[in-house]
Amino acid sequence: MASQRDIRRRIGAVKNIKQITRAMQFVAASKLRRAQDATLAARPYAEKLDEVLADLAAVLGDEHHPLLARPDGGTRLLVVITTDRGLAGPLNTNTIRFALKEAAEHEGRLSAVTVGRKGRDALRRTGIPIVAHFNGFGDKPSFADVTPLSRLVSDDFLAGTYGQIDLVYSTFISTLVQRPIAQPLLPIRPGPDSPGIPGNQFIFEPNPATVLHQLLPRYVATRVFQAILETTASEMSSKMVAMKSATENAEELIEDLTLSYNKVRQNNITREMIEIASGARAGR
Amino acid sequence: MPFRLEIVTPEKRAYADDVDFVTLPGSEGELGVLPHHAPLISILGAGELRVRKGGVEESFAIIGGFVQVLPDKVVVMAETADLAAEIDLERAREARLAAERVLEAGIVEPVDLAQARAELQAAVVRIRVAERRHREGPHRRA
Repeated sequence: MASQRDIRRRIGAVKNIKQITRAMQFVAASKLRRAQDATLAARPYAEKLDEVLADLAAVLGDEHHPLLARPDGGTRLLVVITTDRGLAGPLNTNTIRFALKEAAEHEGRLSAVTVGRKGRDALRRTGIPIVAHFNGFGDKPSFADVTPLSRLVSDDFLAGTYGQIDLVYSTFISTLVQRPIAQPLLPIRPGPDSPGIPGNQFIFEPNPATVLHQLLPRYVATRVFQAILETTASEMSSKMVAMKSATENAEELIEDLTLSYNKVRQNNITREMIEIASGARAGR
Repeated sequence: MPFRLEIVTPEKRAYADDVDFVTLPGSEGELGVLPHHAPLISILGAGELRVRKGGVEESFAIIGGFVQVLPDKVVVMAETADLAAEIDLERAREARLAAERVLEAGIVEPVDLAQARAELQAAVVRIRVAERRHREGPHRRA
């Protein structure tokens, strides 16, 4: 049985851990609020671009832009978005497992672009070629940060290197639920023309093809940006939940340890009393 | 009769209000929009967007965007939109200098070159918009 002092030291250590996990829980909670706000704030722009794209598609048809057309066959590219840091519960594991399942089900060639250190480290061990890696974009990703990534994938798609590009990331459904998905990024499939004014009643300045040409790269960047924002929100909520349960585990452990500490202490006292009593009897 | 103006960027909704008149930096020159404009979708250049509401004029530095004009609503989608009064002139001037230095240095990666050009353009637009506001102030117009 552990000595009284050993147990007291362990209680101290667990208390320290509890303080740290509790602090991390509160930090994650406040960052989660900010990440959720950022995700919501980004939505109107994305929705508007979708709408304009649908208007354009109604006028132009599919064949007018290489980002819309699907080259036959070709390599499939997965853009796997994970976090840089761990301690975020099962978030990264789930995303990576999902990406590997997608990869296993896909017949034909496949490459990956990774965002976030965790995804890169995991994919390196699987033999899927990683053509590019971007470090995560921190707690407050900005639109300018994602431009290099979206330009890279658009350029490679235009060059015919890939036939299909998908984003694999964790969607934020609620604080308790985050679900990995594979979202098609390229080729772009415009949605149906929105209600309201039909696309063919708009005047396009200077002309529809030029507007489309300017719009598509931004559309791609916006999609990537949204995926990264959702991953950040998922990271924070997953971290918050993980740290909350770590704090509760620490509390339970402290209770158990305190109980054994008291038992050991009581045993020692009893033993000493027996020794004193028997010593006194022997001396008489 | 006022109409709705919304300015959205990838990071936030920068403006949403009922306004009387708006001029936009269209790719084909300045574009003024009054209520009941015909439906229009246009590319915007980098430049100044001016809003008039109840005789008060405000302006934004707009970079990289589009506008969708509907009969009762104008939606501007821009990569960045900065309210003239909130532009930090010092910082914009520094950004211009930094971008010019990169361009003068020559021999840079094409990606850096494109980015330096974009930053230079952004800084120049912001400075122009902020300085004009400085000169004229947020005054009322008849």
